[in-house]
Amino acid sequence: MNAPLRRVAISVLVLFTLLIVNVNVIQVVRSEELRSDGRNTRVLAEEYDRERGSMIVGGTEVAFSVPTDDRLTYLRQYDQGPVYAPVTGYYSLVYGNVQMERAANEVLAGTDERLFVRRLADLFTGRDPSGGDIVLTLDPAVQQTAMAGLEGVTGAVVALDPSTGAVLGMASTPTYDPNLLSSHQPAEIRAYADQLDAQELDPRLNRATDARYSPGSIFKVVVSAAALAGGDYSPDTVVPAPDELVLPGTRTPLENFGGSACDPSGRQSLLDALTVSCNTAFAQLGIDLGEDRVREMAEAFGITGEGMEIPLGVAGSTLGEIENDAQLGVSSIGQQDVQLTPLQAAMIASAVGNDGTLMSPHLVEQVRAPDLSVIDQADPDELGEPVTPEVADQLTEMMVSVVEDGSGRRAQIDGVTVAGKTGTAENEGPDHNWFIGFAPADDPQIAVAVFVANGGGTGGDVSAPIAREVMQAHLEGQGGS
Amino acid sequence: MSSGPTTDPQATAGAAPPTRRSTELALLGFAVLITVVAQAIVDLTVTGALTTELATFGLWFTALWAVAHLVVRRWAPYADPLLLPSVALLVGLGLSFIHRLDLAARQAGSTASREDAPVQLVWATLGLVLFVAVLLVLRDHRLLSRFAYTLALVGLVLLAIPAVLPASLSEVNGAKIWIRVAGFSIQPGEFAKICLTVFFAAYLVDKRDVLALASRRVMGLELPRGRDLGPVLVAWMLSILVLVFERDLGSSLLLFGIFVVMLYVATERASWLVIGLGLFAGGALIAYQLFGHVQQRVDSWLDPFEYYDGSGFQVAQALFGLGTGGLFGAGLGGGRPDQVPVAKSDFIAAAVGEELGLFGLVAVIIVYLVLVERGLRTSLICRDAFGKLLAAGLSFTIAWQVFVVLGGVTGLLPLTGLTTPFLAYGGSSLVANFVLVAVLVRISDAARRPAAPTGPPRPALGDAPTEVVQT
Repeated sequence: MNAPLRRVAISVLVLFTLLIVNVNVIQVVRSEELRSDGRNTRVLAEEYDRERGSMIVGGTEVAFSVPTDDRLTYLRQYDQGPVYAPVTGYYSLVYGNVQMERAANEVLAGTDERLFVRRLADLFTGRDPSGGDIVLTLDPAVQQTAMAGLEGVTGAVVALDPSTGAVLGMASTPTYDPNLLSSHQPAEIRAYADQLDAQELDPRLNRATDARYSPGSIFKVVVSAAALAGGDYSPDTVVPAPDELVLPGTRTPLENFGGSACDPSGRQSLLDALTVSCNTAFAQLGIDLGEDRVREMAEAFGITGEGMEIPLGVAGSTLGEIENDAQLGVSSIGQQDVQLTPLQAAMIASAVGNDGTLMSPHLVEQVRAPDLSVIDQADPDELGEPVTPEVADQLTEMMVSVVEDGSGRRAQIDGVTVAGKTGTAENEGPDHNWFIGFAPADDPQIAVAVFVANGGGTGGDVSAPIAREVMQAHLEGQGGS
Repeated sequence: MSSGPTTDPQATAGAAPPTRRSTELALLGFAVLITVVAQAIVDLTVTGALTTELATFGLWFTALWAVAHLVVRRWAPYADPLLLPSVALLVGLGLSFIHRLDLAARQAGSTASREDAPVQLVWATLGLVLFVAVLLVLRDHRLLSRFAYTLALVGLVLLAIPAVLPASLSEVNGAKIWIRVAGFSIQPGEFAKICLTVFFAAYLVDKRDVLALASRRVMGLELPRGRDLGPVLVAWMLSILVLVFERDLGSSLLLFGIFVVMLYVATERASWLVIGLGLFAGGALIAYQLFGHVQQRVDSWLDPFEYYDGSGFQVAQALFGLGTGGLFGAGLGGGRPDQVPVAKSDFIAAAVGEELGLFGLVAVIIVYLVLVERGLRTSLICRDAFGKLLAAGLSFTIAWQVFVVLGGVTGLLPLTGLTTPFLAYGGSSLVANFVLVAVLVRISDAARRPAAPTGPPRPALGDAPTEVVQT
């Protein structure tokens, strides 16, 4: 029986070799494919095993991870979740991560290569590698005031530091509680998401960056800039401002807001036209300037149709196609197909306030390694110079007039000169209400854009007061420090 | 090698081969050490602290193998020194992984699930009691052949019970292979497998001359006479019945495979292998055509990811675990082996592969290989035909079961309901395999024992030992 026995022994060896070869194929050849399969929750679990970095605003952690006793080691939590949700986003088992949780994921998760040296050290010391922290540029006072100002309405507020492009506030309403989407209980997460889905307007949309709206009259700042930049116009240049303007090639009369007259004489200075937000004057001005000058200036302010990353993704703002002078006229008062994100609106005010130089908006002030050493510091970056300092001064003068004597009076702050422009944009529903501006006018510390969707009133009534509160909150904080 | 420690001071003439008991003791110590260290790592990684339970466990586990060793030293001194340590290592690793999965379940907050590792330790203890009992009672393995037909009957009854019982008492996860009484679940098939192997060995030794008779040669194969096909057909029918009535592909495959291989070893006729393979292929084809659950198994084997939400989920999860483990594994306590359903029993190999990596899993496969090849070596050097065939059958049982189970878990073969011997959670399997190893140890003791183990040394030891048949 020994001959067959030896063959059986060899067969067993062969069978086991087959097993070993197969295991090699799975664990070596197919390892990467299996590891990265979307249905393999182990990698996710591994991510939850690391202490994810925090997001810090004004020295306080607004997003942070706390150790738990359950199977996923760390739980993501948000301090004042609904207030910072438009920026932080959520970190969900079920729905993945969004906003800064996604945009800064590599740093937060500790996989960013700038953290690599540290991770190598972790390997030897046996510590669980933890993620780096993100210090946001937000001013807590601005953010809280903005969110409070938008309470009960749908809208967005963006506040920028004109000289650096740092985002001081980014509010969007309605908001939600990211804590409830970031728990470890899938059933609870889904229940809350269903609740959010059931709302008419999705609270998870960041309206400051991901949505575009007709700007209405705030766009007149861009048209004014186009006029002044050519040197052929000054704030005192008298332009036609009829009660009604029949658009070229049409029989459609364009009226002023509420059918009112801009000036009894039918003519007024550019400064006065902006102050009272005269539609007919700006429509005619745009037509006189021509599409190229308007479009070039719009692009110089960032309205290029292309998005950007701050590092949150920002939708591209656009003028749309302008096919004839009639459309150019309507576009010049911020209607037709002109579509801006609230962030873009704030960038216009910011560039005017910063002597005509547009700074690149950014949300990250610092990237810190887990040991708090700074591995990246924000470096203010010029995006362009849409207007010269002289033109910027002229625009500022005009925008100050808007707040002092015109439609933006409700943005006035005691003891501070405020520059601004209101906007009331027609759309399918009640009018959108806008305000853009900056303060103090001579040395701007903050530029804002306030957008209230379908507010129904005017930019001056609805949005200017919110802008005032936001600017004041920042200026007071500055004074105190 | 030859200078191994001698335990018998009287055997100074160099005539008696070394017993190698000290080698066994050292290896057992190594296995126990690995086990305790593994448990400690699990505790430290998962809970961050060592518990007093670890000390209790360590002492208990050490005591088990100390007893086993002493019993072997006293009552089977010439037994193969690698059998017991291999088993100890596998059982120890299994316990560590079951403990690790217990902790994972506790972390997941499922308070309902009881701790399985202590239960498994009790089963291991019971297994060891039976191991000792077998060595004490069965002083000569040849005694077993006397009870061949009785054991055959017992084996058949054990095999048949779950099929006859109502599903409520016998069905778990679709396979009717259990007896569930008073909170205990017993898989009688695990014991039936040993009884039937003993019977096969006795029967085939008896009939090997007849079964080896060839009728004619076809394509280089000496085919048996038609009337001798009876036994293989009976075994085939039996496994088909198991497949149909108990829906247990694993046991069916196991029984038939053991029988065919033993038939081949006994008769030295390769034609039996071909016939067996043909019968199996035919049976499998028919079963595939007729039974939905077989089709499902095969489909989800061919592409587990296609059936991810259903029958392929387990294997897909196991593959994810293995793939994520990679070369070195996530480390004990560092992976998520609990994501694989029934990881403690059927899929414990996936847990090993995930946390110990390719190296760990291959090491475990090689420990099995060592166990099996030592068993087969026992068979080779065994002096009596029955012992030879029985050792071969038992060793092949382990090999075949490991191959079918690991093949299933790693997607090489369709999934079966078999358990990984010694490693997996499950009392019946553990206890039955302890008995199996006890018999192997007994045979290996007889095989390696000098021809005249007792009495005064005789001068003519160089003579070839003649086989002593005690009947």
